[in-house]
Amino acid sequence: MWEYTDKVRDHFMNPRNVGEIENADGIGEVGSLACGDALTLYFKLDDTGKIADAKFKTFGCASAIASSSALTEMIKGIPLEEAEKITNQDIAEYLGGLPKEKMHCSVMGREALEAAIAYYRGIPLPMAEGEVVCECFGVTDLEVKRAIEENKLQTVEEITNFTKAGGGCGKCIPRLEEILREVRHEAKPLILDQRPGRLTTLQKIKRIEEVLEREVRPALRKDGGDIELIDVDGDFVIVSLRGACGTCKKSQTTLKEYVEKKLREQVLDTLIVEEGK
Amino acid sequence: MNTVYMDNNATTRVAPEVVEVMLPYYSDLYGNPSSMHTFGGQVGRAVEEARGRIASLLGARPDELIFTSCGTESDSTAILSALQSFPEKRHIVTTRVEHPAVKNLCESLDKLTGHKHRITQLPVNSDGTLDLALYEESLSDETAIVSAMWANNETGVIFPIKEMAEIAKSRGILFHTDAVQAVGKIPINLSQVPIDFLSLSGHKLHAPKGIGVLYVRKGTPFVPFIIGGHQEHGRRGGTENVASIVGLGKACDMAAKQMQDENTRVKALRDKLEDGLLASIPHALLNGHKTLRLPNTTNISFEYVEGEAILLHLDRFGICASSGSACTSGSLEPSHVMRAMGVPFTAAHGSIRLSLSVYNTEAEVDFVLEKLPPVIAQLREMSPFWKSEHKGKIGSSQCKCSCS
Repeated sequence: MWEYTDKVRDHFMNPRNVGEIENADGIGEVGSLACGDALTLYFKLDDTGKIADAKFKTFGCASAIASSSALTEMIKGIPLEEAEKITNQDIAEYLGGLPKEKMHCSVMGREALEAAIAYYRGIPLPMAEGEVVCECFGVTDLEVKRAIEENKLQTVEEITNFTKAGGGCGKCIPRLEEILREVRHEAKPLILDQRPGRLTTLQKIKRIEEVLEREVRPALRKDGGDIELIDVDGDFVIVSLRGACGTCKKSQTTLKEYVEKKLREQVLDTLIVEEGK
Repeated sequence: MNTVYMDNNATTRVAPEVVEVMLPYYSDLYGNPSSMHTFGGQVGRAVEEARGRIASLLGARPDELIFTSCGTESDSTAILSALQSFPEKRHIVTTRVEHPAVKNLCESLDKLTGHKHRITQLPVNSDGTLDLALYEESLSDETAIVSAMWANNETGVIFPIKEMAEIAKSRGILFHTDAVQAVGKIPINLSQVPIDFLSLSGHKLHAPKGIGVLYVRKGTPFVPFIIGGHQEHGRRGGTENVASIVGLGKACDMAAKQMQDENTRVKALRDKLEDGLLASIPHALLNGHKTLRLPNTTNISFEYVEGEAILLHLDRFGICASSGSACTSGSLEPSHVMRAMGVPFTAAHGSIRLSLSVYNTEAEVDFVLEKLPPVIAQLREMSPFWKSEHKGKIGSSQCKCSCS
C-alpha cells in the first residue's frame, strides 16, 4: 500500500476542476492508455493574460489524479508567464510530497501544462523535439536531462521514478546511464572485478588450451581425431571435433564424458563443453 | 467500518479453530520435537499428527511431506533440488504466468548456479489456458524439471496438471507444481497424479503465515535446500515451526470438510458477484477461462480506468481487493499474467481481482455490487478516454513497447 499524504488523498477523493473547457485557449495532452496514465489539461485566459479557468481529465492512479487536481488549483488566477515556471517539484510540494515511485505523476502534470502553453502559443512542444530514449514510455533525452538537473537525480532508478524511462523493457538503461553521467559531468567509473579466485576469461582460455594440448589431443589423435577450441563464453566452452571424431557417433559421449570431465577436473568445475555448429 | 475481505488469494483469515489449536504450543507445550524427553516428545507427536492430516488432504503419504517456511521456499527447494539431481540437464520448462516465486527464480538461475540454463516459458491462450501440444513439444532430453502452477493466483485459471505430469513422467522428466492457490480450494489426490514435487502455503487456506509444505514423491531424488540438523529426516534443517504446523494440520482438516461448500456456495457467490458486475458495468471484461477456474476467484477488467484508483475508492468502503495494474505494484507495467494473456492495455491497467473464501456472505457480495459500479462510473467521468475518440495513443508520447 502506498503511503499517501492527506492532501493527496483529499485531491484524489475530491478532485477539483474535473472536466473540459469549450473553446479553451490551451489544451495539453500527455501520456497514453498503454502507459497507464494520461492527462488532458485545459485552460482559458482572461483579458489580462491570467488563467481564468483550468480543468482536467485524467486516466491513472491516485497520485496522477491528485497531481492533476493540484495543478489546476495552482495555475488558476495567475499569469501564464508565472504558471510557466511551475516545476514538478512544486506540484509534489503542494501535495505534501509523493512516494518516490510516483514522482512521474507530478512530471506528467508539468508536461501537460507545457503542452497546453505550447498549444496556445502555436509552437511545437520543446521537450518532444529531443531524441526518444525510452520507446516503451516515449520519453525523450531532453525530458530525462531536465528531470536529472531539476530534481538532482543520482541513479537510473530515480530517473525511472521521475520519468518512467527505463521502466519497461529496460533496453534504454545503458543510454540512461550515459545521459546521467553526461549531465553530472562524471567519467565512467572503473569497476574492477575483485571476486577472489575467479578466473578471467583469458586465464580460462589459457588453461583450457593447456589441458586440451597436454591430455585431450594426444588421446583423440590416437583414434585419428582432433579437437579445436572455438570460443569460451562464461562457463561455456565451445569446441569443434575434427578428423575421425567429426563423424563418430559417439562424439557427444566423448565431449561430455571425457573432454568436459577433464576440463572440470583441471580448470573449473562449472564448465560446460558444447560443440560449435 | 466493516471489512469486506475479498482478497483471499493474497492471504486468508486464520480460522478461529486454527488459532485455538495453536495456542497451547505458544504457552505450555513449548518443547522441542527433537528432544529425548517426554515433554518434547509430546510436541513431536503433535507435529506427526498434523503431518498426517495434511497428507490426507493431498492423498499423499505423511513421509512425503517436508515442512518449510512458505510456498516460496518450497518452490525454490523443489527446482534447485531437481537441478542438482541432474546437473547435466540445464533446461527448464515453465509458463509465462507463474508466480514470482517460480518465475523470478527461473530467470535468476544462471547467476545463482553459474551455469547457463535454457528456460522455456510456455505462452498461454487469451483465456489463460495452456496448450498441451505446445507443452509436449517443449520437452527435451535436456529438460531437468517442469514447473507449472496448478491454479493461477490472478485469474484462478486451472492448468491440466494431471495430463502435464503424466506426459513428463512418460519422458522421465521431474514435475513440480506450485499448488499454493489450488490446495484447499479444489480436490487434489496425489495418488492419482504422478507429480514429483508440490508446493503449498498455509496462509492461503486459513492457517498462519510462515508455514509451507513441500511434497516430494517417495523415490524422487532430493537434495535439501536448507542444510542443518536432522529435522525432516535431514531434508530441511531448522527447528520445526510447531504451532504453525499444528495449525496447518487443523486448517487442512477443515478444508477437506469445507471443500463441498467452497465449490457450491462460495462458487455461487462468486458467480453472482461476477455476473452482476459484468451486467451492470459496460466495457467490463472477464479475464480468464469461465469454467476451468478456481471457484473463489474472479478477475475483471474495467476499460479506460486505472486499477489503483478503483482499489482506493473501494478501500473507502472497507472492501479489500487487488489489481494487476502497474501502479499497484510499483512497477510501470501491468502484471505479467495480464500481458501473457494478451489483455489489451486499455483493459490491463483496470483489472480487479476479487477472491472469496468460505467466510464471505451474500450480503457482502450485494454490498460490492452496490458500491463498485458507481466508482467505475465516477472514474470514467474523469478519464480522457471514456466516450472519446481516443482509443490508443495521444499526445507526443509514442508507446510501442516491444517487451510484452
